[in-house]
Amino acid sequence: MPLSRDQVRHVALLARLGLDPGDEDFYAEQLSGILGHIDRLQELNTDAIPPTAQVVEVAATLREDVPRPCLTQEEALANAPAAVDGRFRVPSIQEEA
Amino acid sequence: MTLDPTHLTISELRHLLDGREVSAQELLGLHLERIEAADADVKAFLRLTTTKAAEQAQAADRALRAGTAGPLAGIPMAVKDVLCVKGVETTAGSQILKGFKPPYTGTAVQRLFDAGAVMLGVTNCDEFAMGSSTENSSYFPTHNPWSLDRVPGGSSGGSAAAVAAGEATFSLGSDTGGSIRQPAALCGVIGMKPTYGRVSRYGLIAFASSLDQVGPFTRSVEDCALVLETMAGHDPLDSTCADRPNDVTRGLHDGVDKMRLGVPREYFEVEGMEPGVRLAIQKALKTLEAAGAELVDVSLPHTDYGLAAYYIIAPAECSSNLARFDGVRYGMSEQDVQNITEAYTKTRRKGFGAEVRRRVMLGTYALSSGYYDAYYLKAQKVRTLIKQDFDDAFAKCDAIVSGTSPTVAFPIGSRTQDPLSMYLCDVLTLGGNLAGLPGISVPCGMSEGLPVGLQVLAPQWREDTALRVARAYELAADMRVEVALVD
Repeated sequence: MPLSRDQVRHVALLARLGLDPGDEDFYAEQLSGILGHIDRLQELNTDAIPPTAQVVEVAATLREDVPRPCLTQEEALANAPAAVDGRFRVPSIQEEA
Repeated sequence: MTLDPTHLTISELRHLLDGREVSAQELLGLHLERIEAADADVKAFLRLTTTKAAEQAQAADRALRAGTAGPLAGIPMAVKDVLCVKGVETTAGSQILKGFKPPYTGTAVQRLFDAGAVMLGVTNCDEFAMGSSTENSSYFPTHNPWSLDRVPGGSSGGSAAAVAAGEATFSLGSDTGGSIRQPAALCGVIGMKPTYGRVSRYGLIAFASSLDQVGPFTRSVEDCALVLETMAGHDPLDSTCADRPNDVTRGLHDGVDKMRLGVPREYFEVEGMEPGVRLAIQKALKTLEAAGAELVDVSLPHTDYGLAAYYIIAPAECSSNLARFDGVRYGMSEQDVQNITEAYTKTRRKGFGAEVRRRVMLGTYALSSGYYDAYYLKAQKVRTLIKQDFDDAFAKCDAIVSGTSPTVAFPIGSRTQDPLSMYLCDVLTLGGNLAGLPGISVPCGMSEGLPVGLQVLAPQWREDTALRVARAYELAADMRVEVALVD
């Protein structure tokens, strides 16, 4: 089924992707084309088929829960775009009252 | 046989190194010269790591003198820009990670370092490994060494081109839907995707976590087996990396006599299959038959639905994985904003290219309320059917043989306007990812003057079978990977 401009705007917001002018039409057309191909999945009757999320049977191999060295605070912050007082700096999350 | 070391295989270089005919530092110098001469045209590398390489080559020479050298001591390798190496800028071909220097090295790369390999640099790829031509790199496209106006394939196009152009003896890639095997085919080298869970993904920048695997590009099947064996095996840092015997080199030289090779008829009728490619594959099958293999007709009836299932599952997983690029902990960040939502949207607007945005939107849509059952759940059920197809086929044969890519390398720019035409590049490879199978591509002749790849798929954990068939073909066809762009 084709995707509308409103749906593109909604999905872009969900994914926190900013859109530029013209993007809504561009992605509505392109994603609709791809979904047109994907819609062939509906031809298959899969009522009795279980879904596959993980294709290789691997026993849950958890490692021993023992302390080991990890990144230092300095290493963890080394790539931070903005850091202050040993923490990541982010814009205000709550609006001013 | 040429004696230019930039044309040789790992085992040939091993011989020269052990015999003191060349040192690791000399090998490094020769490869840097080759890169200097060829890479202005090929553009396989995003950045070189010459200081690190010099240290590693020096250490390799010391180990060679002391008799403590590992199996890859002094061998020059290139690493795809999705594998973290401590202190080396790693960007997944994206602007959003520009300047990111990982604080640790991924397990697969570390094991190769421990075996003595010398890292030359970081190779170009499609942004976040999303693409089949390396044109989605946010830096520049890579050119096919066999024909510079054509793509090298993708997403690991830089790694394939580096080996094809004599710039590296082997390289690493990642394969989510064909991103190792397809560029290997288009560049005329060997490339392998292991069974899901064979190689640790720790330190691999995630695209689609249920499909991604790390694997090698090489110039001989024996080299491929050696590099894979070195990387493989359980890693406590990746809970999906299986604790199983490292048996990938078992029976490598045993040949294909009496082996049953399945030929899936659907893989010869896919959309866009070029007659020249079909011809080269049919010739390769005859060669395997003459070597003693029995060709068996098999069917993979859900082939026509594979692409559709893949383009729900992979984007869904990527939309989740790429949520971490928020401009807070690393990478690009737009700081001139009013609130956190604006920080996210502005950063991700600027940092992600068109293909990544397309797939994140597609995946978000498929997972969103009201569409989950129709798309994501449906695709997971079709994944079950596709896996069942392979199980049924492997009941009748030991391995499946087909083309790797329906086409030879196509001209740069010829498919970028139509995403679906680009996605169709992976139609013969993505089934292996959906079913978790090991698969290898080996060069099997030319069509229109460009390389064609033969794909061998084997049951899960049977890398040994895929490698054995590939080795038998290499031997029977007297196939030697040629270095392109002879200057």
